Amino acid sequence: MSVDKFITLESSYVPLPVENVDTDQIIPARFLKATSREGFGENLFRDWRYAPDGSENADFVLNKSEYSGQILVGGKNFGSGSSREHAAWAIHDYGFKVVVSSFFADIFQNNALNNGVLPVTVSPEFLNDMFKSVEADKSQKLVVDLEKQTISLNGKSEEFVINPYKKNCLLNGFDDIDFLLNRKEKIEAFEAKN
Amino acid sequence: MEPKTLFDKVWDAHVVEKIDGGPSVFYIDKHLVHEVTSPQAFSGLEARGLKVLRPENTIATPDHNIPTENQHLTIKDELSRKQVETLTANCEKNNITLYGLNTPHNGIVHVVGPELGHTQPGMTLVCGDSHTSTHGAFGAVAFGIGTSEVEMVLATQCILQPKPKKMLITIDGELQKGVSAKDLTLYVISQLGTGGATGYFVEYAGSAVSSLSMEGRMTVCNMSIEMGARGGMIAPDQTTFDYVEGREFAPKGDEWTKAVAKWKELKTDEGAKFDKEYTFKASDIEPMLTYGTNPGMGIGISGSIPNEKDIEPTELMSFKKSLDYMGFDLGDKMLGKKIDYVFVGSCTNGRIEDLRVFAAAVKGKQKADSVTAWIVPGSKQVEKQAIKEGLVEILEEAGFKMRQPGCSACLAMNDDKVPAGKYSVSTSNRNFEGRQGPGARTLLASPLTAAAAAITGVISDPRELF
Ligand code: SF4
Repeated sequence: MSVDKFITLESSYVPLPVENVDTDQIIPARFLKATSREGFGENLFRDWRYAPDGSENADFVLNKSEYSGQILVGGKNFGSGSSREHAAWAIHDYGFKVVVSSFFADIFQNNALNNGVLPVTVSPEFLNDMFKSVEADKSQKLVVDLEKQTISLNGKSEEFVINPYKKNCLLNGFDDIDFLLNRKEKIEAFEAKN
Repeated sequence: MEPKTLFDKVWDAHVVEKIDGGPSVFYIDKHLVHEVTSPQAFSGLEARGLKVLRPENTIATPDHNIPTENQHLTIKDELSRKQVETLTANCEKNNITLYGLNTPHNGIVHVVGPELGHTQPGMTLVCGDSHTSTHGAFGAVAFGIGTSEVEMVLATQCILQPKPKKMLITIDGELQKGVSAKDLTLYVISQLGTGGATGYFVEYAGSAVSSLSMEGRMTVCNMSIEMGARGGMIAPDQTTFDYVEGREFAPKGDEWTKAVAKWKELKTDEGAKFDKEYTFKASDIEPMLTYGTNPGMGIGISGSIPNEKDIEPTELMSFKKSLDYMGFDLGDKMLGKKIDYVFVGSCTNGRIEDLRVFAAAVKGKQKADSVTAWIVPGSKQVEKQAIKEGLVEILEEAGFKMRQPGCSACLAMNDDKVPAGKYSVSTSNRNFEGRQGPGARTLLASPLTAAAAAITGVISDPRELF
């Protein structure tokens, strides 16, 4: 699977000001029984989005039509918990291309990058500004520029960090497997030596 | 030569190639596979027309989805059955050793690997499962990966990884009576928080750690991920060698002697540098219990839930949301709170030693009528051993029934679900909202604390009971 190319994105965003959003919230375990990668978006944040009887929980942000966009902005320590890539698939399948937080769990960050979803780490102050701005104006936009590694809100910008290798993959839509397959000889030489 | 940490030694020995400004091509010795995170990786492989590169270095076992009763019957849940069947088919197609349901070595992947001797010091191990960190107890570099990475390992036996930073956590002194490895790990996580070790690979050291059994060490390394660590490890020593020796896939004869000589080198050199260090005193640790919805929200069992003044203002909203879910209040005492379920099992505390501790505690006593208890061995081998040692009879006399092995109520993908609103004292590793079933309320604890709760029906201090 190659990933979508990512260059810049200007979009309104969906705020989720909750800390420690874990992978069991992003996609509860009972929805991990599929054998394909598609369709997980339906159950993204399932237990926050829907009541046990299946009715929509009107208070949850994904059910509020005022909020929209391809960027999800979460609280500190986003994606903690399990290694299930289903969390990244659900976010991608729902239509988010960027997730912003002041702190990401490691495995989640990797999984997102491997699926063409860009995790952007910002300062706690910037995160706070984002939450505040969108309350004042729900159509508030963010601009994410991967080439320049910047994220901007109302003309204020912050730089974010991304591994240069991963950046290159995202900009070009390459994936890791292609890269590794091209290293086959080196891998075999390593095996022979050890 | 520059002094190296244990982690450096194992990591550096597995770097095939360092990419400029990027991650390393990192070689994997052992790839563990289960049914939930692998189907998409196998189909990805097939779509590229590839085969598994090193099936002999890959083992598989279904564990997450399987029922813990009537395993000889077909799995009732259609989707679960399909996942397990897909794993079987993928293993057959690719010549991968499968420890299938109803075979003598089936069980939770992190219990099966070590007990068969697949897990050895100095190795690199990965699995599409965050608790792969368990295997670090042997002085291995072991960590969880996502499904795309599972596909990479299947295809090339390698993944691309940046080298994590290094953290040393030292726990000195002797653990008090009634305090176990589980309490030690819950204590450390409560001190560092759920993101406290994100970006790091942890080495655990100190006399409290080296005096732990292998089972105890696995419990500690298992939960490294709960503070965000990539993995955790402990330097191998005689305890490690004694555990590994004679196991089915352990080296034998001359090979064994050679291997042990090599493994003895696997320790952090004098003067080696860590990026961060923490030291704790074993004597400060009480039996621990969590009261919230992440594993960092733990306290000594005789303590109270923090008050508003003890919480960072920025965290108060999330903290209160968590207590709301649990049905607790700021400042509540934990002792005496009524509980409904007890779960003993999982890759954290589903090993024979855990069942021994639980059985010894409940021996001659009776389960509280109000409590539903699920005692689930981590593997078929653990189950067999428990039967051999007479633990099953002890449990039955005390009103408990042992179920069949699997992940079970640890993540409730099968029928073992705690109903909404009910309280469960669980020896597993995660107390996230809905982890043990939609609306379930989980309190993480050791097998001994679980035994105390199962007997009394309320949160009780095991030191006063046993
Ligand atoms: S027992 Fe729980 S934590 Fe361990 S592998 Fe199974 S589901 Fe994961």
